[in-house]
Amino acid sequence: MSIGVVVLLAAGTYALRLAGVLLRGRVRLSERGRRLMSIAAMTLLGAFVATSTLVESGDFAGGARVAGVAVGGVFAWCRAPFVLAVVGAAVTTAGLRLLGVG
Amino acid sequence: MRSPERTLWRSSGPPLRDVLSVAVAMSLVGASLGAIAVSKGMSLWLVTAMSALVFAGGSEFMAVGLITGGAAPITAVLGGVMLNARHFPYGLAIGNSLATSRRARLFGSHVMVDEAVAFALAENDPAARRRAYWTVGLVLYGVWAPSVFLGGLLGRHVGDPATFGLDAALPAALLALIIPSLRERSTLRAVVVGAVLALATTPLLPEGMPVMVALVGVAAALPLPTGEERR
Repeated sequence: MSIGVVVLLAAGTYALRLAGVLLRGRVRLSERGRRLMSIAAMTLLGAFVATSTLVESGDFAGGARVAGVAVGGVFAWCRAPFVLAVVGAAVTTAGLRLLGVG
Repeated sequence: MRSPERTLWRSSGPPLRDVLSVAVAMSLVGASLGAIAVSKGMSLWLVTAMSALVFAGGSEFMAVGLITGGAAPITAVLGGVMLNARHFPYGLAIGNSLATSRRARLFGSHVMVDEAVAFALAENDPAARRRAYWTVGLVLYGVWAPSVFLGGLLGRHVGDPATFGLDAALPAALLALIIPSLRERSTLRAVVVGAVLALATTPLLPEGMPVMVALVGVAAALPLPTGEERR
């Protein structure tokens, strides 16, 4: 694998990261604008969670992963400690896979 | 000069054990990336350098898969950049939480990963937000490339992260971080609509783009409840 790919991917990724940060530094946002920006980032994170939970290389990621993330989500919703949500998700998924669930 | 730093350290941030639990999960995923890359014939130093320079796991897995699978280099670059497109709106959302000095912004942008953004957004106070962003960004950056390197060294002795359920742990961590904000109705509407749109467009668009489509969901947050209602 050529180093050119690595350099271009790194440059492109960094440019995306930096562009948003620098642009934000230039504009003055109202309180309303700031809240919309936070909601936008939450929406991105939520969509990222949804797709990375349900999809793997274009196909359904399998019931074990979905169940694990759901358990983590329920823990978090019930205000369980963060670590418990994360470990609960991993243990659920790993356990289901041990039992043969995909 | 000194006072902003002091308030930075005094303000509350994420508990260290929370950050460490994510760091452990990330390092195991990094180790598997290193092991896979080396097993497919990529040199150890190149995959380690990639991890330090790109620092975006999804696009690194994609690049290793595409290139070692014989895809054109431009495909790997464009695919990876599209997968990372969400970092641009992340920067717009939390750019002012990074730092005030230009140099800190330049470096702070590089450690922007989903987890750092999620931990930062989980805080309301600007100083706590900044502290969360930097703590998570630096800790994860500190473990990522070394884990990839170690994984590459250990090779096939590194287990499959799926066996340990890590593919569920990382999305669950992000979910746990955004859930408190979902108790606010307008945010919940935006996130739900966005997630549905992203899932619906997943079969149609290249990886990374469905998440960008989710931004349309922000319209569902409108009209915003006024001022004080927000916790």
